[in-house]
Amino acid sequence: MPTSGFLHQQASHCESGVMSAILRHYGLPLSEPMAFGLSSALAFAYLPFIKLSGLPLVSYRMPPKAILRGLQKPLGFAMHTETFRAPEKGAARLNALLDAGQVVGLQASVFWLPFIPPDFRFHFNAHNLLAYGRDATDGDYLISDPVLEAAVRCPAADLTKARFARGVLAPKGLLYYPANPPREPDWKSVLPAALKKTTRIMLHTPLPFIGVRGMRWLARAIERLPAATDAQATKLYIGHLVRMQEEIGTGGGGFRFMYAAFLEEAALLAQRPTLAELAAELADIGDHWREFALAAARMIRDRDPLDPARLAQQLREQATREQTFFVALAKAARG
Amino acid sequence: MNIDDVPQEGNRTHPGQRKSIYARTTNGRLGLVASSGWEVEEIVTRQAVEAFEALADAARKKARRGESSPLEYHMYRARMDLALLAQASGLWRWRVRRHLKLRDFARLSPALRQRYADALGIAADQLATLD
Repeated sequence: MPTSGFLHQQASHCESGVMSAILRHYGLPLSEPMAFGLSSALAFAYLPFIKLSGLPLVSYRMPPKAILRGLQKPLGFAMHTETFRAPEKGAARLNALLDAGQVVGLQASVFWLPFIPPDFRFHFNAHNLLAYGRDATDGDYLISDPVLEAAVRCPAADLTKARFARGVLAPKGLLYYPANPPREPDWKSVLPAALKKTTRIMLHTPLPFIGVRGMRWLARAIERLPAATDAQATKLYIGHLVRMQEEIGTGGGGFRFMYAAFLEEAALLAQRPTLAELAAELADIGDHWREFALAAARMIRDRDPLDPARLAQQLREQATREQTFFVALAKAARG
Repeated sequence: MNIDDVPQEGNRTHPGQRKSIYARTTNGRLGLVASSGWEVEEIVTRQAVEAFEALADAARKKARRGESSPLEYHMYRARMDLALLAQASGLWRWRVRRHLKLRDFARLSPALRQRYADALGIAADQLATLD
């Protein structure tokens, strides 16, 4: 049974975890926070016109595949990607790659993966995981899902179903692996470029629902929730925010802690001590996101009165903090 | 967040599984720390799961009274809504909406039944039941 000498390692987020593991396997040890930060994956987006079960899409990072794509340029490699129309072809191609000893990144729907705890199995199509082998006798795949503690096995029919789920962000059987080995970059040039891109997204996107402006826009929407007339809907809405922030594999605090870890690493690699100070500031901001989550959860369970205005206020304070932070980060990136 | 503040409260939505989050570790640097669970996360995850369970429960009662088709129950049980079921089955929304009615559901062709069953991940003969 070929396992390609692959070692499972737990991460906090699926896409950055997969990229960290796949790059390590193909010769470049790169931490999860570095994969996340170097691809400028941190963001904030409030997209009220995209609904998930009737609730607006709120995200604390760039869209799926941003990390996969964003690492190619700084690390000087190309990610080979394939999608398929027919599930049989997608399964056959994956088998051929695994039999040749490749470690392959996959996109799949969380809902159809039997090894994910039942309470987490919602129809989220942009989950990422790695396949590193196949059992020749029963056809089970050997899977490394970065959000799990250990590697798992998955029956072939289940994995194929998950890879070809339909709907928003349908994976279409996406599989990927590096076409050439990644190489260690010149940190002093790639890191400032990555930082600059993130500060631009957070501060200067010309759309009112992205970055710190998006937080303020969301604060206004929270204020308008019908707490008095429809407590149930209000609670579902704020619970949804907390799930997007904490539950969807963000490493806590809507990716802010992970990005802070990236800044610490960047401070050493680019020899910019200011970045380590900024890392501490961002970790504090992450703590405030956790407080926001706690306040919302207490309201959901009626331990505190349901008061959307208070949450909106907390969110506006976060917007102010992040604005100050990203202005300072932009300055530090310029050197 | 410091390593001592990383919640270890247990979480029945991921029993026995720990997840990793970033916190300040004992060496003073930010790194991965295993967490057995945070009650806040348990609250919001259970809330989302229970919302679908409530919808499925109501749909089952409606179907028992003959006011809607079992398809509605199976849709919510698979944690889908109308938009998602339409996408998953590749049918127009208005057609799915019609099939949620008992009369139109009863007239479904075997091919369409199979299509819904595939989208919902159940056997075709289970579709007409309320199991």
